[in-house]
Amino acid sequence: MASATVSNLQRHRPPATSQPKVTQDPAWVRWLLTTIALLFVGFFLLLPLGAVFAEAFRRGIKAYFAAFNDADALSSIRLTLLAAAISVPANLVFGVAAAWAITKFDFRGKSLLITLIDLPFAVSPVISGLIYVLVFGLQGWFGPWLFEHDIKIIFAVPGIVLATTFVTFPFVAREIIPLMQSQGTDEEHAAITLGASGWQTFWRVTLPSIKWGLFYGIILCNARAMGEFGAVSVVSGHIRGETNTIPLHVEILYNEYNFVGAFAIASLLAVLAIITLVLKSFIEWKFHQGRAEA
Amino acid sequence: MSIIASGITKTFGQFKALNNVDLVVPSGKLVALLGPSGSGKTTLLRIIAGLEFADEGSGRIEFHGEDVSRVSAGERGVGFVFQHYALFRHMTVFENIAFGLRVRPRAERPPEKKIAARVNELLQLVQLDDLGRRFPSQLSGGQRQRVALARALAVEPKVLLLDEPFGALDAKVRKDLRRWLRQFHDEIQLTTVFVTHDQEEALEIADEVVIMNQAKVEQVGTPQEVYDRPISPFVYQFLGNVNVLREASSWGTTGPIRDNGRLAADGLLYVRPHDIAVARQDSGALGVPAVFRHVHTAGSQMLLTMELVHTRETVEAEISRTELAELNIKLNDLVLLRLRPSHTFQHDYAI
Repeated sequence: MASATVSNLQRHRPPATSQPKVTQDPAWVRWLLTTIALLFVGFFLLLPLGAVFAEAFRRGIKAYFAAFNDADALSSIRLTLLAAAISVPANLVFGVAAAWAITKFDFRGKSLLITLIDLPFAVSPVISGLIYVLVFGLQGWFGPWLFEHDIKIIFAVPGIVLATTFVTFPFVAREIIPLMQSQGTDEEHAAITLGASGWQTFWRVTLPSIKWGLFYGIILCNARAMGEFGAVSVVSGHIRGETNTIPLHVEILYNEYNFVGAFAIASLLAVLAIITLVLKSFIEWKFHQGRAEA
Repeated sequence: MSIIASGITKTFGQFKALNNVDLVVPSGKLVALLGPSGSGKTTLLRIIAGLEFADEGSGRIEFHGEDVSRVSAGERGVGFVFQHYALFRHMTVFENIAFGLRVRPRAERPPEKKIAARVNELLQLVQLDDLGRRFPSQLSGGQRQRVALARALAVEPKVLLLDEPFGALDAKVRKDLRRWLRQFHDEIQLTTVFVTHDQEEALEIADEVVIMNQAKVEQVGTPQEVYDRPISPFVYQFLGNVNVLREASSWGTTGPIRDNGRLAADGLLYVRPHDIAVARQDSGALGVPAVFRHVHTAGSQMLLTMELVHTRETVEAEISRTELAELNIKLNDLVLLRLRPSHTFQHDYAI
């Protein structure tokens, strides 16, 4: 029976056909559209990227690397890595938990939760930062209490981590909710009838089937966490060597007319963007491969 | 192991999916839950499995006399096969089947060698010996469904539950696979319940058919019982073709109508096409006059469409090729129809 099925499938495969000419536009239209698209991409995307590296290397390789041989620059890189290292895992755990709850269970307030997840996308990053200043700042709700207990959040590292986490909050959840919705709950139910516990079901069935979507969410979340400017700028206080992240440090250097330094540090973020894009394409390719198989 | 469901009610928001349903599945039988979509059959199956729970305070589920109403799905010992297979897509066929054994608590988990032996034995049982290393995506629909079955059997369930197991397959594979399931059931003798909306499927392979409609069980019986003696117009119409005729009284003289005395003035008559006999007008037989309008000749039986002279109702009759040849009639000829001496049904009888 099995072989009969396979041969049936092969028989019914439609014959390869060439594109019918009717659906093709005249050559000049195709050329025009392609040219416009390329010019646009070149001007708005490639030119700035090229400019970053051109400026960074204008005084030669030595000057470029000299920019990194600076305590404040290194400190900004460390702080950016620290903020990402805390906010990305936090949002990973939150995103997976929220997506799991939203897609596999029915509960009161589900649509409210979905709306709240999107909040950081809807709010301007500057407002996000100000919220934390209002809550934890010296004039804010908890400010006096925090001051008494000698806990610094605003104009200190905790504030930067909080702001970064808030801004990058939706990335993981947004990425895997549609995926998990499309996969339904049959596989989980199958695992449960086979005697698996909730924990086993999650680790052995749910997580492996969303892994590519999850990776995708993580790299986008990471890119945003490292690149965030607005919210972090409000809570940072711009203390050199202490509360400056890479984007903030770039701004300071630029304002001091240290163009080579500014662009050299900025080139780090550009490289991060390129790596993110490459990883993203790779994951999309992997993901579609997995989809086609399923 | 027998299954008894009694007084099961289930509501989803405003919608009542099951309304005080009772069901008895005798040990070792193959039982079909048959009904149109929305009749509650899948919900009932999922409640038996423990994937859904009946409304608070309604009914109970017993496995072999033991109340399992509040026992979780994992502990009920059921094998469940899903309509869309629900195979773990990132695992090989082998790992899919082994899953139920691997997730057991360490103390009960069989050693790796035993797991492999069991999986191979199951692969053989479902005739997929060489496909253990494939992924589900590399299998045909029929093969996937058999993997799902093997996976469900790996944990040695006490009952097997199948939710529209052949629903997503094409017609040919579906027929092969359901016959295979029947044979398979005869071999392993496991109490099995399967849900289907395909009458042919249920009538062909089930020991017993449970017909459901609008959240209730309409009728329970062997395939022959429910086909020959439907207890309601719904069952009559759901199982096979049927002519629904007004003026049942005019047919009374042409053949035996069951429960003659109960014929109401507005009674409807339910007759299967193969229970209507066709005679030539000049045959001198008794019958209701009709005009021969159309014949559908592709198939083992000829399906004749006729229009009754008095009521202009359309009637279908099924006769053999030889009978049609002997009749020797042309389109628009006048013919006489009567009931063959067998099953008819009065609308007011059961309701």
